[in-house]
Amino acid sequence: MPGVSAGPDAAPVLEARQITKTFPGVIANEDIDFALHQGEIHCLLGENGAGKSTLMNVLYGLYAPTGGEIVVRGETVRFASSADAIARGIGMVHQHFQLIPTFTVAENVALGDEVTTRWRNLDLAATRDRIVEIGERYGLAVNPDAIVGELSVGVQQRIELIKALERDAEILILDEPTAVLTPGEVDDFFDVVRTLVDKGKSIVFITHKLREVLAVADRITVLRGGRAVGSADPSTATEQDLANLMVGRDVVFTVEKPPANPGAVRLELRDVNVTDERGVETCRSIDLRVRAGEIFGIAGVEGNGQRELVEAVTGMRTPASGSIRLGDDDITHASPRQVADLGVGHVPEDRNRHGVVGPFSIADNMVLNRYHHAPFSQRFLRRDAPIRELATELVEQYDVRTPGIDVAVATLSGGNQQKVIVAREMSRPLQLLVVAQPTRGLDVGSIEFIHRRIVQMRDEGAAVLLVSAELDEILSLSDRIGVLYRGELVGEFDRESATRERVGLLMARGRGDSEVPT
Amino acid sequence: MTGGRERWAAELRHSIQIQSILVPLLAIVCAFAVGAVAIVAIGDNPIEAYWALLRGMFGSGDRIAASLGRSTPFIGASLAVAFAFRAGLFNIGAEGQLLVGATAAAWVGTWASVRDLPGIVAIVLLLAAGATAGFAYGAVPGLLKAKTGAHEVIVTIMLNAIALLYVRWLVNSQDPILLRDTASSVPRTAPIEDAARLPTFVDSQPPLHLGFLVMVALATLVWFILQRTSFGFEVRTVGTNPEAARYAGMDVGRTIFLAMAISGLLAGVAGAGEISGTSGFLSPGVFINIGFDSIAIALLARANPFAIVPASILWGAMLSGAGLMQQEVGLSIDVVRIVQALVLLFVAADVIVRTIFRIRKAADDPLATSTLASGWGGP
Amino acid sequence: MRLGRLQTIGVVFGLVGVFLVAYVAPNVTSESKGFTFDTPPDPPTFSFTPGVVIAVIGVLYVLTAVASFFESRSRRTAQLALLGSGLLFLPLIIVVALALSESSGTNVVQLVVESLRLGTPVALGAMAGLWCERSGVVNIGIEGMMLGSAGVGFMIYSLLGDASSVPWLWASIGVAVVTGGLIAALHALMSVTFRVDQIISGVVVNLLALGVTGFLRSEVVVPSGITSGTPTSDIAIPLLSSIPVIGPQLFDARPIFFLMFVVVTASWWVLWHTRFGLRVRSVGENPHAAETLGIDVIRTRYVAVIIGGLIAGLGGAWFSMESQGGFQDNMTNGAGFIALAALIFGKWRPWTAFGGAMLFGFTRALGSRLQILGVEVGDFEIPSEFWQSLPFVVTIVVVAGLIGRAVPPASIGQPFERSR
Repeated sequence: MPGVSAGPDAAPVLEARQITKTFPGVIANEDIDFALHQGEIHCLLGENGAGKSTLMNVLYGLYAPTGGEIVVRGETVRFASSADAIARGIGMVHQHFQLIPTFTVAENVALGDEVTTRWRNLDLAATRDRIVEIGERYGLAVNPDAIVGELSVGVQQRIELIKALERDAEILILDEPTAVLTPGEVDDFFDVVRTLVDKGKSIVFITHKLREVLAVADRITVLRGGRAVGSADPSTATEQDLANLMVGRDVVFTVEKPPANPGAVRLELRDVNVTDERGVETCRSIDLRVRAGEIFGIAGVEGNGQRELVEAVTGMRTPASGSIRLGDDDITHASPRQVADLGVGHVPEDRNRHGVVGPFSIADNMVLNRYHHAPFSQRFLRRDAPIRELATELVEQYDVRTPGIDVAVATLSGGNQQKVIVAREMSRPLQLLVVAQPTRGLDVGSIEFIHRRIVQMRDEGAAVLLVSAELDEILSLSDRIGVLYRGELVGEFDRESATRERVGLLMARGRGDSEVPT
Repeated sequence: MTGGRERWAAELRHSIQIQSILVPLLAIVCAFAVGAVAIVAIGDNPIEAYWALLRGMFGSGDRIAASLGRSTPFIGASLAVAFAFRAGLFNIGAEGQLLVGATAAAWVGTWASVRDLPGIVAIVLLLAAGATAGFAYGAVPGLLKAKTGAHEVIVTIMLNAIALLYVRWLVNSQDPILLRDTASSVPRTAPIEDAARLPTFVDSQPPLHLGFLVMVALATLVWFILQRTSFGFEVRTVGTNPEAARYAGMDVGRTIFLAMAISGLLAGVAGAGEISGTSGFLSPGVFINIGFDSIAIALLARANPFAIVPASILWGAMLSGAGLMQQEVGLSIDVVRIVQALVLLFVAADVIVRTIFRIRKAADDPLATSTLASGWGGP
Repeated sequence: MRLGRLQTIGVVFGLVGVFLVAYVAPNVTSESKGFTFDTPPDPPTFSFTPGVVIAVIGVLYVLTAVASFFESRSRRTAQLALLGSGLLFLPLIIVVALALSESSGTNVVQLVVESLRLGTPVALGAMAGLWCERSGVVNIGIEGMMLGSAGVGFMIYSLLGDASSVPWLWASIGVAVVTGGLIAALHALMSVTFRVDQIISGVVVNLLALGVTGFLRSEVVVPSGITSGTPTSDIAIPLLSSIPVIGPQLFDARPIFFLMFVVVTASWWVLWHTRFGLRVRSVGENPHAAETLGIDVIRTRYVAVIIGGLIAGLGGAWFSMESQGGFQDNMTNGAGFIALAALIFGKWRPWTAFGGAMLFGFTRALGSRLQILGVEVGDFEIPSEFWQSLPFVVTIVVVAGLIGRAVPPASIGQPFERSR
């Protein structure tokens, strides 16, 4: 393997010693030791909330550590801001891209490291040349004059890498870089990472995906609950070992679910076209049927029309053409309220913005979808007793960890917030359950709980439409799978015929063999 | 239903938490302290000035009545601002809505048919006219916000200017004569019928009239709507997280429209009550600055309908008491204005007060979770 | 059938066009009227019969309506037709007003120059807003910044005592500019450091300015005995001012008017063509991205907001020391909010915002012009209040018609919390 040649004996290029980082009320990192050696790919593995990103933000100068020290090439440093880290040759590609969508690629790359002329004018031509040069050197081709917001996520990721390389970064921190990529793109990305290492870069690779760790790592450190709980050798470790280390107990990978028992068609979309707020057609000629008692999973890279499809089904957006039926009702033009009242539950993708009202109590959040119905409302008046009764019961049933039902939802952890939403949406008779990205950013315990609930809803006879960017989630939960690519449903599989490879290929290229979008 | 009643009591207690009183009080203290610096700067003695001001506010029965009388329109106007706040809307248009309501009342009050109505009917008719006009005038920014995303701050400010110009025309116009009282030398409307006048309790300057109790009742009604009705829950949800409200199936546009229109209605009633209770006629400039005052009061009361009443009384009393300060110390009424402006600064930027006195932030403060600025540039 | 946005506007134009052709044109006076291009005596004049011009414009409006329904065939034609129709509205108003008045003509060059002059504080206000909002801070407090600096500037002028001295006048204008910066610093303190809701903070600035200037006027300016002074005087720019027709009217004017053009040009150049401008805009679009690149978001916002305040201060000086010498309570009378509307109209870009400001200058100039012309519909002479309300009505129309379609800087209104 390249890079291993430096060996563990040489001084690390980047070292964290006893790093502690606390936020008010939370210890995000506690006494973490971590070392990156020249020319290696060091994987930092841990489940969501384990403290990986916090640690990296400390190393990149965005967070000031509460305790401990950072050592770069044997020298102890203090970073006042990320500018200091950049000056030390550290670059970071953030999990959520830090790009400015309305700027061009060149402007994004130049920002913070601008070249100016004698008249203090911006010299973007110089930056353009650099971008082309870096692109050729590392195989990261982009058009410097393209507007970033119009580029695909894969290309945006390339720009993030170029930003770091333009600043002569020798140490690259990649935070969950594969989360937004298709399986095919992931392989290409690994090639880029290996090229970088060949050219002398050292890389910290953060992920919670075991398969990737074993594919790419030279060394592995596992974080759990803000502490470094161990390290592993990728040549000998198994996925099961790593999983147990990551979660701290035995993990069952597969969701246990009995075979589906599909009934009548519940949701039927016929030739549905949806346009987004800019007037761009984001869903094209969607034909889709979901039966009672089955889970239909929609796979696809984010931004391929999933959001608009879900919005059309739940009444949040009226389709430009086509028809949507729920059982015997035509809901093409129905309002969200009408759709919900017909027995459609919706767990929205962005739970903070769309799912809960943060400053409101758990009780108020539990009745957001039924406050206007008896017994919670009578002749326009709110009735508290039934509201509190319901909330108390749901908190119990759905295992929401909270001191009480009057607590503001915003104070709960992400997992518990999602349980509040799941409780609200699943605790009434449903014809159809629509769940979008139900477990994003959650810990393994909450993920398992929510997966079980989804399967339970199916077994109780609801039709389930599951949208997820996590292919693993789709594959383990769905009874049938469709792939959304550029707004079209390009393939439909039975669970048996859906392999990672086949689904992944459709996610990346659609039906045709057209070029991967650049 | 004892459980329900207990909840009510708990909610009431919750509404008047120590926190929510302490911070505004300290803000007032800070404002007076900084105001004292300004008084010293122009060469006067702040203690003397404030002592005169205090006696002017509450020094005698008559002065107390005058203070309450002065505060009456502020209650309605700041309720309007507060109600809109709770829906995540910033109604700067209370001044225009008040003026429109008052104009409608001044017009209806001169109808010959009003003369023979029993007092209670005539008064209700007058207030209803103010309410309707205010509702309609508040509906405009509500509708524009809901339909086009036009920010209500700009629209309501423009509507203030427009209302002032057109009401001035209605009252001033000689040819044709519209609302002008031809018997009067200054431009004003004809006096309304006696039947439509709100009864006066104390004939102070300004008088304390039944309108004060009407406004207190209005405050209670607004609290009830916000806390105890399904519509109020919608208003609060839209005001806190409009996106989540939309996902929960609430009709956000309708809620915004109604909240703004109801806000206008509250201001319209205040305007009508003022015509009916105080002067009996309308002169166009009478409500100038009330927009300023109502926003400050609503912020001071943290948009809590019950706190609006004492905050308005304080405000009205300060303006009413400034006269004595002017007489005794020779300071202009503008001193009170500057103190009031500072009160506004310290209550809006309550972080400053909290920092000075080391008080932690309340989690459920409706203003702390405000989403006003996030609506900038459309929905 | 569902009408799109273009069709809706097209239908409105079409109806207006039909009304113009069928009712207005046949019923207006047949006397000849004229646009003059210079001051009397014997100015060059464009004479016309109002009915004919109105009918022609009416027909064009109907054609615009038709064009809007062929949006799918040629979107560009439809849009251009609508834009042209919108611009034609300006001469249409003048022609209709002339037809309804006793006057035989009106000086249109003067009208344009007057629009520019009256648009000056609006343009400066819009640039103040541009700087602020491009950095991600909503500035609803432009009005207060202008009012406060107008008041404080004139207060200094009255305190300095010599109300006709030019150096003191310029010192006072300088104070006004600095005052604008200080008020902006307060806005930044509240909204950037303390993260008060930016709209609330802006309103506080406005009300504070109203209270403080009222206090200063009655406690300092009035007792000083100098309640009016000599405003800035006209400066003739060599060469340019001798251009025929427009020269004497456009290039022989007052200094803040000229400075306004400098400010607009400089704002455009700095924000779009320098390193600092790129950073300001990045902070307004995605402050977290800027932070990861080592840019100090808080500092950048402070600087941008304060630059905006300095510009607003110059706008304030226009009120109390250029358009007239004196200060009255609330003398800005909504110009700051109209500036915001111009900014939105201009989609947060300097030249288009300048265009918006001039549109408002035009409505104001037109209002006072029409007031003088004495426009009558039947026996009813349109009262001055109607004309005075024109800029406010146009503001509402602009804001309602364009906001939501004009995309503001992405992070606007959101307080930024530094990671650490």
